[in-house]
Amino acid sequence: MQRRKFISKTMLASLASAIGTDIVYGNMLPAQYPVLALQDPDPFALFSKDSQMVLLNDRPWNMEAQAHLLDDKVTPNKYMFIRNNGIIPENIDVNSWTLKFDGESVRQEKTYTLAELKSKFPQHTYQLTLECGGNGRSEFDPPAKGNQWTIGAVGCARWTGIRLKDILEDVGVKNDAVYIGYHAADTHLSGDPTKEPISRGVPMAKALQDETLIAFQMNGKDIPLAHGYPLRLIAGGWPASASGKWLNGISVRNKVHDGTKMTGTAYRVPCEPVAPGEKVKDEDMCIIESMPVKSLITYPKSGATLKSVASLQIRGHAWAGELEVSKMEYSIDFGSTWQACSLEKPTNRLAWQHFNATINFPKKGYYEIWARATDSQKMAQPMLLPGWNPKGYLNNACHRIAIKIT
Amino acid sequence: MKGLEQYKESAAQIRKLMTSVLIIFMLAVTVLVYLLIDPTLTAFSSETTDGDYETTSDITDEDYDKIEDGIHLRTGFVEGDGLMLVVNNCTNCHSAKLVTQNRMSKERWTATIRWMQETQNLWDLGGNEEPIINYLATHYAPTQKGRRQNLSNFEWYDLEE
Repeated sequence: MQRRKFISKTMLASLASAIGTDIVYGNMLPAQYPVLALQDPDPFALFSKDSQMVLLNDRPWNMEAQAHLLDDKVTPNKYMFIRNNGIIPENIDVNSWTLKFDGESVRQEKTYTLAELKSKFPQHTYQLTLECGGNGRSEFDPPAKGNQWTIGAVGCARWTGIRLKDILEDVGVKNDAVYIGYHAADTHLSGDPTKEPISRGVPMAKALQDETLIAFQMNGKDIPLAHGYPLRLIAGGWPASASGKWLNGISVRNKVHDGTKMTGTAYRVPCEPVAPGEKVKDEDMCIIESMPVKSLITYPKSGATLKSVASLQIRGHAWAGELEVSKMEYSIDFGSTWQACSLEKPTNRLAWQHFNATINFPKKGYYEIWARATDSQKMAQPMLLPGWNPKGYLNNACHRIAIKIT
Repeated sequence: MKGLEQYKESAAQIRKLMTSVLIIFMLAVTVLVYLLIDPTLTAFSSETTDGDYETTSDITDEDYDKIEDGIHLRTGFVEGDGLMLVVNNCTNCHSAKLVTQNRMSKERWTATIRWMQETQNLWDLGGNEEPIINYLATHYAPTQKGRRQNLSNFEWYDLEE
């Protein structure tokens, strides 16, 4: 009975498509849908993810970590969040994979094979923090539309590749270059081959940094499929959407790149602060660049019960977009007093920094441990939610874990 | 004169042909318009949930849209008026999870549908739009969260130091 209803839907789409209504690809979609539903792949096995990872969406794939899963100094694949906008490309052939440079501001268009990229340019490895611009979105009130990330859309893996600036030098860039925009092999959710699911980029100054890589390895191995195999642009410290996966093109633009999710309200926040829920015009929204200062307590896992009034070791990571974290503190009294944590320097620029502290609790009871990082320009994490914005980006409020001493 | 006869004859034939084509086209349009209004052909089915359809013997078909404890198992949507319209129109491109994790007012669900129609190839929902929006705004409405909520997404466990 229900299947009959489903089939009638298919009929509708096919009919409508045949006589040319606006259901452009409607006829393709219902055909795909049952295939997906019946296959119902286990994403944890499919992408080699730990079973404690949290699945937010399965079309497109979106998955986040929990704070305690991010305890490693270098985030392994099994705990790395997935944020996809489109459908992962199928049948990737590394032997025929190319990267094409074009746009208004290249001296000439140039295409490289994967093998050429690997052999022609010096290789570099950096540990780079990638955080989704919408990490923490779930806390905004009124709520913002999109995947409701809590705290786990961040990771800091080791990326190996070649510097974008080395290739751009080989390609030849005109003086009027303003921005680079990436193009990739993933496909639009609607199945429409004329639409790019996402095509973002960065200004030339970011593109020319030493740490901005065209990467082919994550943690010493080929980049996993969900993270952009075989080639990914990596722009650490910026919204991870600037780090295009399945990279097959770079356009050097003489204006701000206007690809999908560069315009309108995507990955933008109000240029001037607004009240919660306020409507903001597109032209009053500004592109997010460096991510704000933030930190996570990765040990212990929230909910720890300790049997005596003992001391407790805590540890975690802190990062600050383009900047360095200069101070790390914790509070066990809801921000009334703050104590210093021991904070390490980053292993390289744009890598997260590790902190630890030993906490002595004065008496039994319920505690929250709050963590607060301050960056090199004296900006600290807020204890409450930062400024509301229509799309729910940049929530860098203090991370908190619950502890009970019995 | 013979030429004129032939001309009249073929003109009559063409007119007949055109009339048939027009009738077929009108019929197709009628069927289509009907399907737009009632895509699930409910007016033609004597029962709505169970019954003696031959397909009910097929367990996978029967379970395909099973609802348990008020949840449509295949998608995770809550049971309510308009459920199947939402399942059929809102899970073709993205999964139901993108809907169920969001909370929006009627106005913002409408704006989201408009955005999908303008940029993401969502089709015109026609008469289904109102029940779809009503379902979403009723079952996936925002709640007040304030500036920071109590910690709740954890379970207590014993930590051995």
